[in-house]
Amino acid sequence: MLTFLAAIGAVFLAFLAATGRLVVFAGLALATAFTPPFHLRVLFSEMVNIGYYSLPVVGLTAVFTGMVLALQSHTGFSRFAAEGAVATVVVLSITRELGPVITGLMVAGRVGAAMAAEIGTMRVTDQIDALTTLSTDPLRYLVLPRLVAGLITLPILVLVADIIGVFGGYLIGVYKLGYNPEAYLNRTQQYLETIDVVSGLVKAAVFGFIVALMGCYHGYYSRGGAQGVGRATTYAVVSASVLILVFNYVITEAFFAR
Amino acid sequence: MMTDAALPKISVRGLAKSFGRKRVLDGLDIDCATGESLVVIGGSGTGKSVLVKCILGLLEPERGSIRIDGIETVGLRRAARERMMQKSGMLFQGSALFDSLSVWENVAFGLIQGRGMERLAAKEVALAKLAAVGLGPEAGDLRPAELSGGMQKRVALARAIAAEPEIIFFDEPTTGLDPIMADVINDLIVKCVREVGTTAISITHDMVSARKIADRIAMLHGGRIVWHGPAGEIDRSGNPFVDQFINGRAEGPIRMEIRAA
Repeated sequence: MLTFLAAIGAVFLAFLAATGRLVVFAGLALATAFTPPFHLRVLFSEMVNIGYYSLPVVGLTAVFTGMVLALQSHTGFSRFAAEGAVATVVVLSITRELGPVITGLMVAGRVGAAMAAEIGTMRVTDQIDALTTLSTDPLRYLVLPRLVAGLITLPILVLVADIIGVFGGYLIGVYKLGYNPEAYLNRTQQYLETIDVVSGLVKAAVFGFIVALMGCYHGYYSRGGAQGVGRATTYAVVSASVLILVFNYVITEAFFAR
Repeated sequence: MMTDAALPKISVRGLAKSFGRKRVLDGLDIDCATGESLVVIGGSGTGKSVLVKCILGLLEPERGSIRIDGIETVGLRRAARERMMQKSGMLFQGSALFDSLSVWENVAFGLIQGRGMERLAAKEVALAKLAAVGLGPEAGDLRPAELSGGMQKRVALARAIAAEPEIIFFDEPTTGLDPIMADVINDLIVKCVREVGTTAISITHDMVSARKIADRIAMLHGGRIVWHGPAGEIDRSGNPFVDQFINGRAEGPIRMEIRAA
């Protein structure tokens, strides 16, 4: 029994230590934002990488999510003659939940993994040490621009995903299920409130920060050659995905719990 | 009181560093005079790279003192460390060129990011440094992945000397190169160090390279310097560790470590 409790205690202490290391890492990186130099060229490049190059995958995911949502809502709601709520359900589901969560998860897979692999390779090939010897703080040059880019870019991506997702629902609603286009659009706008969109964008900003932080953190502390970089990539994606789901609940609770 | 002329450029005293239970450096003492080319030799895993990383501040020693120009560098804060870094350049064993940047951007990196030089001016300096290591301007726009190992070493050397540092560290500069390219790199190092009067600390287990680039050689074993002296005297050192190492004998007082430091 004592051994069992000791094992649980060890896991809990390891969890606290890892959380502490992560918070210190994020704090040190963010602290570099208050003094020059600012690496705006790297920031812009990361914004393009996270935002522009994620558009195809996020757009495809969003359009099909919207389409499936309309179809499922219709088949479910038609059992109690509530088909009129389909447009509202689609827009609320997309803006509040599915837009930010699905975009966050897709970006975690695409961008978080790439960040961990790139920074991890730089670690194991001494490129991060080389930055230091060239009077360049690796946290300022590598980590901060990625954190800021994640924070700024994901809400923009989610806004695009919201529009495409709702459009996907519209396509199915109007062209497959035969809803009146004008009525569908009216229903889409009728019950949509500012907070529905804003809460989704706040989630997106948090998810963007989480994805970038996990990618940078696991890459920065990777060791052990190619195997270590592979492990860092896996940890980055898994931890970002789990944290996205956890923080999705926390933010939903903060916005909508009565 | 010590005069500036007598003050070593780099002075290391009682340096100790462990990784887990493995003690890599154990009270190491060494000095390097201004303009001197010091080569530290020793087997794989004896802590040569750890020594250089401690001097550069990439690793924090457990105890000991490292003074550069008489200023204590152990425990320096980040901003002061960055200022101290501007005095030094480093050629890494694997070159450590930035894959995402072109060759000229690699060479100019320290000038642009570290010193705030305009990109155009920095490019001119970078192309001049590339020329100094025997690479034409056409190489400037290539990516590091497009270069051979020897070419990458040249670019890394150009990057190390781009800001004309007072101290340059060379980590295994000829490892992995064919003998001819190794000799080319050795010549370039000698040229850079002698012409500019830079202080250089190199670590290597390539004795051909050590004899060519060193003014003074020090042998690292068991976490300490077990012998040091002028490069020309290494064959008459009378030290069993040095004799075994320079003659490449399996038998002798040195037992090879399995784990890398």
